[in-house]
Amino acid sequence: MLFMREPMRVALALITSMSSLGAVYGLMGVHFIAAFQVLIYVGAVMVFMVYVIMLLEVKEAPGSKRFSSYVVPGVVVGVLLMAALGAGMLRGPMSSGMLPGEGSGTFSLVEFSSAFLTRYWLVFELTTVFLVGAIVAALAVVNVSRRKQEGA
Amino acid sequence: MNESQFLLAIAGGLFTIGLLGVVIRRNALVMLMCMELMLNGVNLSLVTFSQQRGDAAGAVMVFLTFVVATAEVALAIPIVLLLVKHARSLDVDRYSELKG
Repeated sequence: MLFMREPMRVALALITSMSSLGAVYGLMGVHFIAAFQVLIYVGAVMVFMVYVIMLLEVKEAPGSKRFSSYVVPGVVVGVLLMAALGAGMLRGPMSSGMLPGEGSGTFSLVEFSSAFLTRYWLVFELTTVFLVGAIVAALAVVNVSRRKQEGA
Repeated sequence: MNESQFLLAIAGGLFTIGLLGVVIRRNALVMLMCMELMLNGVNLSLVTFSQQRGDAAGAVMVFLTFVVATAEVALAIPIVLLLVKHARSLDVDRYSELKG
């Protein structure tokens, strides 16, 4: 994804990695998250993305630079982040298996759904408010472009 | 290295690749897709921890992340379309006139 020039190839690579993540979730035993990963990410988000890439068809000028001027600091920060994450993982409680409840097994879909709708109902309701806000914001963005077209 | 450490390493790798993509690429759509990759990495770590603890809270968080990712894409893509219409390019360096 970092080195491909065409956005469509990046999108296909991302779709592949998302489907593989769905397979990983399935192997871990959380089948409903695997299903939602494939349905929402691959089925909705990435299809939308691919659609936009086909719609835009903006050709970059040949010889234009692929990377921004932040390549070197960006790579340094990436390597540092990876090293920090690795060090934290190897030295932290993960290394000795001291995390509480380790090996307590998977939870079922029933358990998840009842926890979702009883203990976390407020979060669920807040999500609906958030989605309404997102719809209003998307409409506002579309309105801006329409007003600009009328002004032009 | 046990199974969950391996999965967490993959999650960290995905997050780092996504962050690198956001920082070093110039194409606005590719940057958006790299943000999705970062969200995927976080999701994988959440699922790993929730499986390890046998707790449903992590899975609830994953669902919220799905919602946020979908809303983010639904909002970001119209903005990118507006920017492309404005600057005739996907190159984020061309949007420098948006500086406040």
